[in-house]
Amino acid sequence: MQGCDNGMTTGSKPSAEQHQIALICERYQNDPHRMLDILRDVQDRFRCISRAAMQTVAAKTGLTQVAVEGVASFYAFLSLEPKGRVTIRLCNDIVDQFAGLAAVTEAFEKELGITVGQTSADGAFSLENTPCIGMCDQAPAAMINDVVVTALTPEKVRAIAAALKDGKRPEDLISDRFDDLTPHARAVRMVDNNIKHAGTVLLGPVSDEAGLKKALERTPTQIIDQIEASGLRGCGGAGFTTGMKWRFASQTEENRRFIICNADEGEPGTFKDRVLLTERPHLLIEGMTIAARAVGAREGIIYLRGEYVYLRELLEEVLAERREKTLLGNAILGSDDFNFDIRVQMGAGAYICGEEGALISSCEGLPGEPKTRPPFPVTSGYLGHPTVVNNVETFCHAARILDCGAGWFFDMGTEGSHGTKLFSVSGDCINPGIYELPYGLSVRELLEMAGGEDAAAVLVGGPSGTMIARDTFHRKLTFDDLATGGAIVVFSSQRNILEIVEYYMSFFVHESCGYCTPCRVGNVFLQKAVAKFRKGLANPADIAYLKDLSATIMETSRCGLGMTSPNPILSTLDNFPLVYSAMVKPPKDRIRATFDIQSAISDARVLAKRRSSIYDKDFSK
Amino acid sequence: MSGFTFQIDGIEITAKEGQTIMEAADETGIYIPRLCDHEGLRHQGGCRVCTVKAGGRSVAACTQPAAPDQLVENETPHINKLRRDLVGMLFNEGNHLCPICEASGNCELQAMAYRLGMTEPTQFPYLEPCRPVDASHPDVALDNNRCISCGRCVRASQDVDGKGVFGYVGRGIHRHIAANGADLADTDAEVTDFAISAEVCPVGCIIRKREGFSRPIGTRDYDNHLIGHDIEKKRDE
Repeated sequence: MQGCDNGMTTGSKPSAEQHQIALICERYQNDPHRMLDILRDVQDRFRCISRAAMQTVAAKTGLTQVAVEGVASFYAFLSLEPKGRVTIRLCNDIVDQFAGLAAVTEAFEKELGITVGQTSADGAFSLENTPCIGMCDQAPAAMINDVVVTALTPEKVRAIAAALKDGKRPEDLISDRFDDLTPHARAVRMVDNNIKHAGTVLLGPVSDEAGLKKALERTPTQIIDQIEASGLRGCGGAGFTTGMKWRFASQTEENRRFIICNADEGEPGTFKDRVLLTERPHLLIEGMTIAARAVGAREGIIYLRGEYVYLRELLEEVLAERREKTLLGNAILGSDDFNFDIRVQMGAGAYICGEEGALISSCEGLPGEPKTRPPFPVTSGYLGHPTVVNNVETFCHAARILDCGAGWFFDMGTEGSHGTKLFSVSGDCINPGIYELPYGLSVRELLEMAGGEDAAAVLVGGPSGTMIARDTFHRKLTFDDLATGGAIVVFSSQRNILEIVEYYMSFFVHESCGYCTPCRVGNVFLQKAVAKFRKGLANPADIAYLKDLSATIMETSRCGLGMTSPNPILSTLDNFPLVYSAMVKPPKDRIRATFDIQSAISDARVLAKRRSSIYDKDFSK
Repeated sequence: MSGFTFQIDGIEITAKEGQTIMEAADETGIYIPRLCDHEGLRHQGGCRVCTVKAGGRSVAACTQPAAPDQLVENETPHINKLRRDLVGMLFNEGNHLCPICEASGNCELQAMAYRLGMTEPTQFPYLEPCRPVDASHPDVALDNNRCISCGRCVRASQDVDGKGVFGYVGRGIHRHIAANGADLADTDAEVTDFAISAEVCPVGCIIRKREGFSRPIGTRDYDNHLIGHDIEKKRDE
């Protein structure tokens, strides 16, 4: 494998590169737990992580070179091969595909003279695909280095490519005065919030720091009691009772505890945290500070997904402002015994890091692999210390509950699903965007609000959730019926269900960490089996095979990814059975319908440089 | 608290506080099939072949702590079916051609397939990877096409040899074992390392040069006994 110094001219000698990498390591105190930050900085500076760079990083941090390579090769945004100075990552989510990704891709390829997966010979551009970047409401979208561009069209692409080739920075695409804008102004110029319905808890008017001030008047136990009484459950998708999580962590013997905010919303079709991070960052940090008070934590981390790097400076600014106002740091609001501070940990392109254990691994500078449970994070999490990991929305809710009371929150929603929920609605509807609604609405009611009444299929909770058909749109958006982290993807009758399923299976194959056999290998088998259906090469017996293999993967996988990855197949087999049976061919005589003779002989055909008189239909002597 | 009992397939097992289901079972002479786990190494819980049902939930026996009075299902038709699927996945993920493999007869993957009654190909597709063979080291060769990602060499080198010759790199289906350097010759690996020894690599991936096919058929590890016999014979004694 070639290093950057061999692959492209950086204009500096290897020793100078080594020196700079050493400085990057020292910026993080040569701490191996900050490996992800170190490697991100190396990637940003040198556009790749060469073998020589890994050697230097290993020597500085005291790790083996292969351990560094393990991290560098795990994350999609880190690269062992040189990338262009401008790297364009086109979101290839199915929503983007249906919104015209093909034409956008073609325009980029034509303008830049490279195809997806390539870097231009002069090292100026790389073009790549990346799964959902959280912009489904304004698809097709792309990342250009750390800048996000949305609602792309071939015309827009031509203008972007011309500007970049002209030497403009990606930032200049957003505004000529980019450097003069505030972080918030930069963010909203890149990405629309698309708030379509503001509810009473999060997106309506919120009074500053009211929850935190009330929390300081209460004991930690009283805070936890109040959160528990509110009925608040985790908003990331799993729905664990928040108060219980906080209580477990607070009851541990240790005196060093951590609060981590999971801002790694990666479920395709979800983008609600993006809006909260943009419009309610103070409320989020207020909620984390309240959690710190409740469980006795002095340190916190916001794990921000790599795709949301454009929000990093906004968060850093808010943190600095809060330190200034003594809302963060030592002696918060004058309480001598209350110290708490937060750092932002950037991710680097890995869906699995939304899983609690994998997220903690990633914060520790490791590959994003889930941890063995037990022990659970509340007793042994970040660096082995008790750790509370909650979703962005959950922390925001907690701050509001402290302000307005547990009863206020409990009375909204339905039995078992209290309060409001942010829904990210995208796909084939007139008004894609964010809807804050009390739990308990039916899918049909939400579709009416979003102008998606013509939907033929709705994916609730993203690909790891449930795909339902028109006959069950009366089902309710609650933890007990259709549980969801908030993703609602609408598909019209024009869409090919099997195409959607095949895309989502390729997504899970791409995002499996590879630690355990069933998820690593089984999902590849599932993807291949779905492809057989799409090609019309499936047997009737393949339907049973899909169910059987799915069951094994779900039962034996080590974490939530493998436990839910067959859901796109299983829920469409249940709710759209005709889609599958229509593609099945009964076996004829003794010929296996599944055997694709054309692809089986294609290699031989190339080698022999001739075609078959039997199998090539257009063969003529 | 010194100890407690629980049951595996109706047999009472005595366990110490903090023991995993597998550790307690091993001591009692109950074999729970496993591939990534090896005595003396940290548990990984990656291959999932040791999946058992404990208290109604499917868990990896190598990492799941035993609990008092728990009812554990190990050798049921359902669990064995899951294990056959997992072993089938490992076979088809790599290139496992037993008739020409040096490890045949000593191979834990092959032996596990026999133990689980796998005598014919599965429905799974073959992924037929084409991974480079690393023969750079004077005494050791690595054929990653036969690797099942058990990671026993990684842990053996780190924890027993104190070296860190191997590590995992990549993600998902591309995740694989790599040497700590450009190739194995670039590392401090020695043929005398525990990580390189015959007992650590369960398959024919780590090959010690110049000793291939040295044991005649009939005297190899699993020619006369099923895998797990060494543990199960404890119960007979």
